[in-house]
Amino acid sequence: MRYETVIGLEVHCELATDSKIFCSCSAHSYGAEPNTHVCPACCGMPGMLPIVNKRVVDYGMKAGLMLNCHINRVTTFDKKSYYYPDLPSAYQTTQWFAPVAVNGLVEIETSEGKKGIRIKQIHMEEDAGKLVHDIREDTTHVDFNRTSVPLIEIVSQPDLSSAEEVEAYLERLKALLRYARVAECEMAHGTMRCDVNLSVRPEGSDKLGVRTEMKNMNSIEAIKRAIEYETARHIDAIENGTEVLVQETRRWDDIKGKSYAMRSKETAGDYRYFPDPNVMPVVIDDEWFDSIQASLPEFPEVKREKYTTELGLSDYDAEQIAKSIALCECFEDAYSVCGNAKDAANWMISEVMSNLNARQMTYDMLTLDGKALGELISLVSGNKVGRANAKKILNAMFDDAAVVPSKYAEENGFIISNDTGLMDKVIKTMVEADPKAVADYKGGKEKAIMAIYGKCMKELRGNCDPQMLRTKLIEYINSL
Amino acid sequence: MEFYFEKVNTSLDKKIVADDMLLTKGIPTTAGSRMLDGYVSLFEAEVLTRLTNAGYGLCGKASVGELAIDLLGETSYKGACVDENGKILNPVAEIIKSGDAMAGICLDANGYVRRAAAQYGLVSVKPTYGTVSRFGMIPVACSGDCVSVMAESASACRDILDAMAGHDDKDGTSLPESKCALLKKSAPVVEIKRVAVITDMLCCDDTVNSAVNSLVAKLEADGIKVDRIENDLIKKSRNAWNILMSAELCNNVSRYDGVKYGYRSNNFTSIDELYTNSRTEAFGDFLKAAILFGSDTLSTENYMRVYDKALRVRRLICEEFGKLFKEYDAVLMPACSAMAYSIDAVRANKDMPYTENLYTAPASITGLPAVAFEGVQLICNYFNETSLLALCEKLEKEGK
Ligand SMILES: [Zn+2]
Repeated sequence: MRYETVIGLEVHCELATDSKIFCSCSAHSYGAEPNTHVCPACCGMPGMLPIVNKRVVDYGMKAGLMLNCHINRVTTFDKKSYYYPDLPSAYQTTQWFAPVAVNGLVEIETSEGKKGIRIKQIHMEEDAGKLVHDIREDTTHVDFNRTSVPLIEIVSQPDLSSAEEVEAYLERLKALLRYARVAECEMAHGTMRCDVNLSVRPEGSDKLGVRTEMKNMNSIEAIKRAIEYETARHIDAIENGTEVLVQETRRWDDIKGKSYAMRSKETAGDYRYFPDPNVMPVVIDDEWFDSIQASLPEFPEVKREKYTTELGLSDYDAEQIAKSIALCECFEDAYSVCGNAKDAANWMISEVMSNLNARQMTYDMLTLDGKALGELISLVSGNKVGRANAKKILNAMFDDAAVVPSKYAEENGFIISNDTGLMDKVIKTMVEADPKAVADYKGGKEKAIMAIYGKCMKELRGNCDPQMLRTKLIEYINSL
Repeated sequence: MEFYFEKVNTSLDKKIVADDMLLTKGIPTTAGSRMLDGYVSLFEAEVLTRLTNAGYGLCGKASVGELAIDLLGETSYKGACVDENGKILNPVAEIIKSGDAMAGICLDANGYVRRAAAQYGLVSVKPTYGTVSRFGMIPVACSGDCVSVMAESASACRDILDAMAGHDDKDGTSLPESKCALLKKSAPVVEIKRVAVITDMLCCDDTVNSAVNSLVAKLEADGIKVDRIENDLIKKSRNAWNILMSAELCNNVSRYDGVKYGYRSNNFTSIDELYTNSRTEAFGDFLKAAILFGSDTLSTENYMRVYDKALRVRRLICEEFGKLFKEYDAVLMPACSAMAYSIDAVRANKDMPYTENLYTAPASITGLPAVAFEGVQLICNYFNETSLLALCEKLEKEGK
């Protein structure tokens, strides 16, 4: 018999807000010393009250709109009770009754073609802390840096049917949420986490099989392996009766390549949800809703399409720039100033990207002022600054956001002077210093002239129109 | 008998006492529970900051019943305060009566402040929910918890209300300043002209009944129209409030686990035993019963049938009061069933805090303001408490 796999995902994404969801502690503690980003509120001490970070609701709405969801204009927070040492108040504030976004749709593309994945809901909630087990001391330490860091949980309908689709779906979520600058979605950093609900049924059946939930996959590769393992386990159980499938939560062990049922203690029974009386319902009025809608970016494929058809970029260039909304915005700003899309794209792909790489920054971390880049490109295309010096200016712009290209060029003597007297003098000196190259050139080796050209350019510190220098050099040698 | 939990030296003339539900910096706050024995907060209650800024000096912390949900404080882990006849005494009221403090600042979670004021011949005001910050109060039932004032006179209550009411950014349910300003002394006072006595609530002993009757006589003598009306919905506040309060309480006290602060059992071999034994040893019987009841109301099985229904009852009662306030300026009802409680009766009937709050639950569940004195309480519409206090002041003057 042939089987099909039915998969629904619960994806947690850490929102990229500066502060936590209910207090003013910094939400960014990746790599920080334990318990340095905490206050009485996020440590669950009695007497502190939650104050909703409006930015979290902004981001929740943005995520909802990017995934084509309906936004609940009155959205509420609820308490979810469970004991765990990393949860200092013994409840998590989440959204149970009226989540910020519902009924969305995400389109994915795989080798099988395009497919729509329905989103059941997106809710906002606070993260828990972390337990750090010290094997040598046989103790467990608790770190509350992560408590109350804002998350969204994106719950899909069981519309996925293969590891390939799951990968495409996760990549799509990542692309869309990054475009909206809502979340980093980096599994390796823990800013995207994914639980897989999976069942298996005979192909064509409309009845769902026994569903298991798998946790603890730390990479997309691990998720794919887990799905393949779990699918095979289910089919084996159905066909060979090797075991009885039960609805349960299982932990994926990526080293062993197997899933294990979690102890019942780790999977709380009844969460006893109820509306949090300390958080008033959040009412999203038209003005707020409209401002969020207006702030949304175009989708990556819309950008690519626009760059190739309207701006005449190659497919490759469009693809490269559309990888990040930060690159897109920088490129579009640069183009709006310099007026040459091809030039702007070349600068983005060669110089800007290599500067980012050299600084070990991701594309999304680009903060370069695109308008300033456009000005720099204009200085080069207008023969005001040589290309080598322009690269130096760009480097300075990366180091200091306040650098203005034209001013910096002037201050550092990078402006091309059309002082032909100086150029003539330098040419004469360099030609006289290298009679062999002149002889070679005259003997038919055209390339021999390049050595002299380079020396002239260096002597002039790059501040000359390359074409003019070349012409004048050839004229001078020919006149000898 | 020690009414103070902690005594504080203050040189200021306007001395106030806080019950042990208000967090104080540098001074322990226990909520009357062994679980928080020795707990010193990192921050102080917003109301205490405001009162200090207004020139009031804290002279001490008064003992309070465990999580302030009992009758008068008899469940404190330090033991019940009783007189030689077995009558339960309330620490805050005793401290005011002794002249040590002009007023007490207390958390009214289940009506103890109103019962104490009514039984001691003092005045208490439970202001409109949201007009006084709950920042720095040990949470009990957050949807009803209200910082209240107990004092010798209505005018003292007004002075303190004036100093502590106001919007607070640290409390997400705090109302805007424009609303809080209605509690200030500068706000206009509405004359109370029509009062309703709900006869369904008059199930109290003769002493309280005669207190009600004597107040009605005084009001009528002052030209206030008093109607005796029937209403069987308001009294349903009690059951609904017991559900909501217990559920919220259960959730709020689940953070006390013996790990992070407060009491920790010496008797454990695993983390689960540490939790279980710390809670078993530190929590009192009445609180444990409330936790069990509250937890049950929130179970998946019971949520819609019990908790959600209580929320719907709350809404109906709010609407019912809304209707009453179209015709009346205030509703009069007893504050307690008797003018004194004996410790023996309470020990024999451990449920008493869940029955005696028949009178206090209506204002707790709706967040309406209430003024209690001489066995009775007056409940009025939101933001009208200064009108009630003005009426009370007038009655005080006539009495003298
Ligand atoms: Zn914090």
